[in-house]
Amino acid sequence: MSDATSAGAAVGGAPGSGDGRAPEKKSRSGKERNASLWADARRQLVRDPVFMIAVLYIFVVGTMAAFPKLWTSQDPRACSTDQSRLAPSWEHPFGFNIQGCDYYSHAIYGARPSMVIAIMATGGIVLFGGLMGLLAGYYGGWVDGIISRLMDIFFSLPFLLGAIVFLTLIKQQNVVTIALVLFLLSWPTIARIIRGSVISSKDLDYVQAARAVGAGNGRLMFRHILPNAIAPMLVYATIVLGSFVAAEATLTFLGIGLQPPAQSWGIMISAHDVYFLEDPWLLLFPCGLLIGTVLSFILMGDALRDALDPKFR
Amino acid sequence: MGRYVIRRLLQFIPTVLGTMFLLHYMTSLAIQFSGNPVRAIFGDRTPPPALLQAITDRLGYGDPCLEQKGNPCFGLFLDRVSGVFLHFDFGINLRRQEVTDLVANAIPFTLKLLVIAIVFEAVVGIAAGVWAGLRGGSFADNLVKISTVFVISVPIFVLGVVVREFVGVKFGNILRDQEWIPDVIAYGFFSPGFKPDYPFASLLIPGMVLGSVALATTARLTRTSIMENIRADFVRTARAKGLANKRVIGVHTLRNSLIPVITYLGVDIGSAMAGAVVTETIFNVPGIGRLVTQAARTGESPVIIGVVTMLVLVILLVNLLVDLLYAVLDPRIRYE
Repeated sequence: MSDATSAGAAVGGAPGSGDGRAPEKKSRSGKERNASLWADARRQLVRDPVFMIAVLYIFVVGTMAAFPKLWTSQDPRACSTDQSRLAPSWEHPFGFNIQGCDYYSHAIYGARPSMVIAIMATGGIVLFGGLMGLLAGYYGGWVDGIISRLMDIFFSLPFLLGAIVFLTLIKQQNVVTIALVLFLLSWPTIARIIRGSVISSKDLDYVQAARAVGAGNGRLMFRHILPNAIAPMLVYATIVLGSFVAAEATLTFLGIGLQPPAQSWGIMISAHDVYFLEDPWLLLFPCGLLIGTVLSFILMGDALRDALDPKFR
Repeated sequence: MGRYVIRRLLQFIPTVLGTMFLLHYMTSLAIQFSGNPVRAIFGDRTPPPALLQAITDRLGYGDPCLEQKGNPCFGLFLDRVSGVFLHFDFGINLRRQEVTDLVANAIPFTLKLLVIAIVFEAVVGIAAGVWAGLRGGSFADNLVKISTVFVISVPIFVLGVVVREFVGVKFGNILRDQEWIPDVIAYGFFSPGFKPDYPFASLLIPGMVLGSVALATTARLTRTSIMENIRADFVRTARAKGLANKRVIGVHTLRNSLIPVITYLGVDIGSAMAGAVVTETIFNVPGIGRLVTQAARTGESPVIIGVVTMLVLVILLVNLLVDLLYAVLDPRIRYE
């Protein structure tokens, strides 16, 4: 988590020239090398094999989560205990789990809760954390004082400990409550990134010019200052998606996340970790999918950071 | 320096109170929305009302404000804060044992685990980081880069389970079949869980698993900081003076590069405490972390709240010390 923070902060210092309309103007002049930050980044990313493989993997997992029927026609809840822990075969590529359910379809359906939780929580921290960071950085003074102290408070509650307290007491451990607790305990990081980025760009000449012309606070914030903060936010959001997928599985493993009979990779791992020696595939398939997803998000974030940071050119 | 220390201390008090209030409000909201947590202890059975009432009162959940949704329960918060700071009272569990006693019994194991983890990540992480940083772009650099990305992306519980089964059970079983291997190694170091007979040897592997998460970050941080410093003017001056390479690297580069790394290690003590919850559960270490997970599984919420409050206070204190240490260590930083 803290590495992700420093990753985001590394980009935060560099106000990019990110403005959606720039590439059109530049491309007409015919000069390819002087395109905008985003066009440059896109070109670099498309040529990066690691980034493309990671995107492909996330795309595959995304389709598993959105349309599990595309990948399997089996019902993960059609179980029969006489098939308990049968080894993988052609018909059932991942074999059967302890309850005799088809493990492959279980793994496919298990992608959804992880992805939904990660996307909901990340969306929440981007919107709320982004807004808080923007307000704190733009207004400064007592607004910044209050929001920064608030961030300090949320920051000093370690995620895992806070989540254990909240989820044990709420007793309804479903997708919404897990996403809520992830959001609640991790918005300050993104707010700090945005705040730093806003502070570094709010006194730039073009912002002063816009203010002199008579632009209001809202217009200055959202049209002129916020676009500079999008690059670091995007990098951090990508990495945090991966850490949320891992966090969901960790909470489930500890017994305070999703509960069976829901399907999730965390449940698959925690239900079968004692059968590792007899039937290692029961553990290797869900672990592999989980690690692949987290790794892909982190690699995507790394590649995005390199592409969006003008210092690396 | 003195003014900075005073300002930092003054900031510390509202942060502590704020964090405790956040914890308190989260628990109150959870109770207000999902009902009396005492019911969870009984599972499916319906307890007699008198018994339920008695346990509820004993654990301090009888306050009427816990039934009004959204009420921040300031009275309860004041009681808890004064209990913690004036009487060192962190609550009791169902068997009327003080949470402070439970923690006192568990803390030696957690402390040992933390020391092993921090030493492991410091030694291996700094060595790998120096190795990679001195040879930027080489095979060593790429090896460290790739392995750190991989370690970051493996959730700690997956790593723990795989290490326990492969190293502790599978490889350990092979060793335990050999006659000539001493018991400390076969039954202690390579045991799949904590063994009271070998209180230190059997904690080594869990400690390494706990340290491996931050190991990657330590190595990366050392690498970046070495790469920055090796190009600095004072290193060039040292070389120009004709100092031996060993002295240039060891004294002039390394000492300056380690400042951010040491701060990071300090801050990491806090996150390692949280990570110990997972590691201790996997390796069955009777420390604070396992206390928390066991209480979470049985729904014994007062224990969780007490232990987590205590851990948060310790983490805040450690962070404060690290901040102050940073101001002392780094001459480039002046807070005036």
